[in-house]
Amino acid sequence: MTSRRMPVDRDPVEPGPDRPLTILVDGEPVAGTVGQTIAGVLLAAGRREWRTTSAGGAPRGVFCGIGVCFDCLVDVNGLRDVRACLRRARDGDVVVRQGEPEVVA
Amino acid sequence: MRHVVVVGAGPAGLAAARAAVEAGARVTLLDAGDGLGGQYWRHLPDTRPAGREHVLHHRWETFRELGDALRAHPAVTVVPSAQVWSLERPGGGVRLNVLVGEPDGVGRDALALEPDALVLATGAHDRTLPFPGWQLPGVYSAGAAQALAKGERVAVGRRVVVAGAGPFLLPVASSLLQTGATVVGVHEAGRIGTLARGWLNRPWELAGAAGKAGELAGYIAELIRHRVPWRPGEAVVAAHGDGQVESVTVARLNERWAPIPGTERQVEADAVCVSHGFTPRLELAVAAGCALTPSRFVMVDDAQATSVPGVWAAGEITGIAGADAALAEGTVAGTAAAGGDTRTATARAAGRAVSRARAFAARIESAHGVRGGWVSWLRDDTVVCRCEETTYGRVREVVELTGSHETRSVKLTSRAGLGPCQARMCGRTLEELLGDTAPPGVDRRPLVVPVRLGDLASLPSSHPHPTASHPTGDQT
Repeated sequence: MTSRRMPVDRDPVEPGPDRPLTILVDGEPVAGTVGQTIAGVLLAAGRREWRTTSAGGAPRGVFCGIGVCFDCLVDVNGLRDVRACLRRARDGDVVVRQGEPEVVA
Repeated sequence: MRHVVVVGAGPAGLAAARAAVEAGARVTLLDAGDGLGGQYWRHLPDTRPAGREHVLHHRWETFRELGDALRAHPAVTVVPSAQVWSLERPGGGVRLNVLVGEPDGVGRDALALEPDALVLATGAHDRTLPFPGWQLPGVYSAGAAQALAKGERVAVGRRVVVAGAGPFLLPVASSLLQTGATVVGVHEAGRIGTLARGWLNRPWELAGAAGKAGELAGYIAELIRHRVPWRPGEAVVAAHGDGQVESVTVARLNERWAPIPGTERQVEADAVCVSHGFTPRLELAVAAGCALTPSRFVMVDDAQATSVPGVWAAGEITGIAGADAALAEGTVAGTAAAGGDTRTATARAAGRAVSRARAFAARIESAHGVRGGWVSWLRDDTVVCRCEETTYGRVREVVELTGSHETRSVKLTSRAGLGPCQARMCGRTLEELLGDTAPPGVDRRPLVVPVRLGDLASLPSSHPHPTASHPTGDQT
C-alpha cells in the first residue's frame, strides 16, 4: 500500500475515535471513517486512481486536492461528476468509476 | 445597517469579517468548504475533531479566536458549503449567485445576495508546471498533499519527493513527515545564488517579517532532524511508472531553470508533490470588473479597495505574501468595506503590516519566481492540458498550422484548456508557451464553477441570469 491514513493511536494530532463507515466502490466495500471525503477514504485504503480518461484511457485520481482540477470526478449514488476530494463520504455511498465528465463548464 | 458580504473564510476573509462587524456592519461570510479556515488552516472536520490540532498549524489560536468571535456575533451570518457560481452587476451594484449544499450535489439551495459592499478573499491554488509523467496517479500538487495531510491525516505516499519552487515546499514536507511519510528530498528550482540574492538583499527589511523567518527556520530544523535533503537548483523533470508513480527523474537546473544535460538521476518514490508558486482565484474579481496588476493579481489601494466601487480584496488574490499579510489586509479591507475609519490605530498598524508583507511577496517572487527555461524539460508527448490530454507537441503543431499565438484561438483548435477545470491547471502554462500573457487572459470565466443544467433550470425566474443562456461559457 502506498497512500495511507496515519494510524489514530500514533497520530500527534490526536483525532477523535473512528466512527466506521463503508462505501461501495465499483461493487467492492471500502472502509473509512465519518469525516473523510470520498477521496480520503480511497487514498487511506491505498487506492490512488478511480477515473479513466476517455481520450487516452489513462488512470486518474486526486491531483489538486482542493476542488480545482476536476481530475478526481466520480459517480456517487447515480450522480456523475462529483469531486471526490470535496464530498464527505456517507455510510453506504455507492461510488462508480466514470469516464469523461458531462458537467457544464 | 450596511451589509458586507465576505467571500472566503481563510485568514483574509475571517479577519475582514471581524473587522467589518466591529466597524458596525452586518456581515455574511461565505465559504465553499464546510468549515472555516480556508486552505491555510485546513483541519480535521467537526465530525472528527482533533485533540491537538495546533501541532499542525501556525497561529492556531488566532484562528480559534476569529472563528469563535464570528460564530457568536449576532450581526454575522456564517454560510458554509456556499459556492458562489456567478457574479452579476445589475445597475452597477453587485449580485452574487450562490448554491448552498453538498459539493456538486443536486437540489442545493439557491441564494442571491446584493450586498452594499463586497470583500473578495478567494485565495489561490498552487501552480504546477507540466513535466513528462505528471498526469500519473501519484503525482500531486503540493497543496493536495497538504490538504490531505491536514484535513484527512492521509499521507499521499510512503516515499515522497517534494519539488517545485518557493517557501511553501517546506510546510508541505513538514506535514508529510507528521503524517508518517518518508520525505526523500525537497528539490527547489531556484539556485542558491538566486535565492541568496532574493532573500538576503536589504536584510534590514526582513526584521519586520521576523515571525515568518522564524517559521521557515523551524521547518528547516525539522528537515535536518529527519535527515531530509533540501536541494536548491534542482527539479523533478519526469515521473515514471506503470499506471502510477514508481520513480522520478531529478535534474540540476541552470539559472533559467533549464535542466543541465548529464545531471539527471533516477529516484525511487511512490509519490511526488509539486508546486511552482500560486495562481490567484480571480473569477469573481474579474467578473466584477476589478483591474488587475501586470503580474495578474487584483489591484488594490492602501485601503484594499479595488478599482470597482463597493468591492474590496484581501489576501492571496492581491499578491502571494502569506497568512500574516492576509490577516492584515483582511482587517483593512473589512474596516473600509464597513465604512469604518481606516485611520484608527488598529487599521494603521494593519496597514503597516500590509506594506511589510508586500516587500516580502516581492522577495518570494525574485527568489522563487518561474524562469522560462523549464520549457526545455517538456517533450512532444508531454500532456499540457490534463483534462483534454492535449500534448505539448499538439500545441506546437496548432501554432504552426494556424500561425496563431493567441491563447483563445489555440485553445479552440487544440482543445487545451477547454475541459472541466476551465484552464485553471494549464491556462497560465499555455499563455507562457504562446507568449500571450495580457490580462485578464484565461482568468475570464463566466461561471466560477461548473454548474449542473438542473441547477440553472431550477433557479427562480425573477432573477434573469445572463450566463444561463450560454451555459457552455468559453466554448460558445
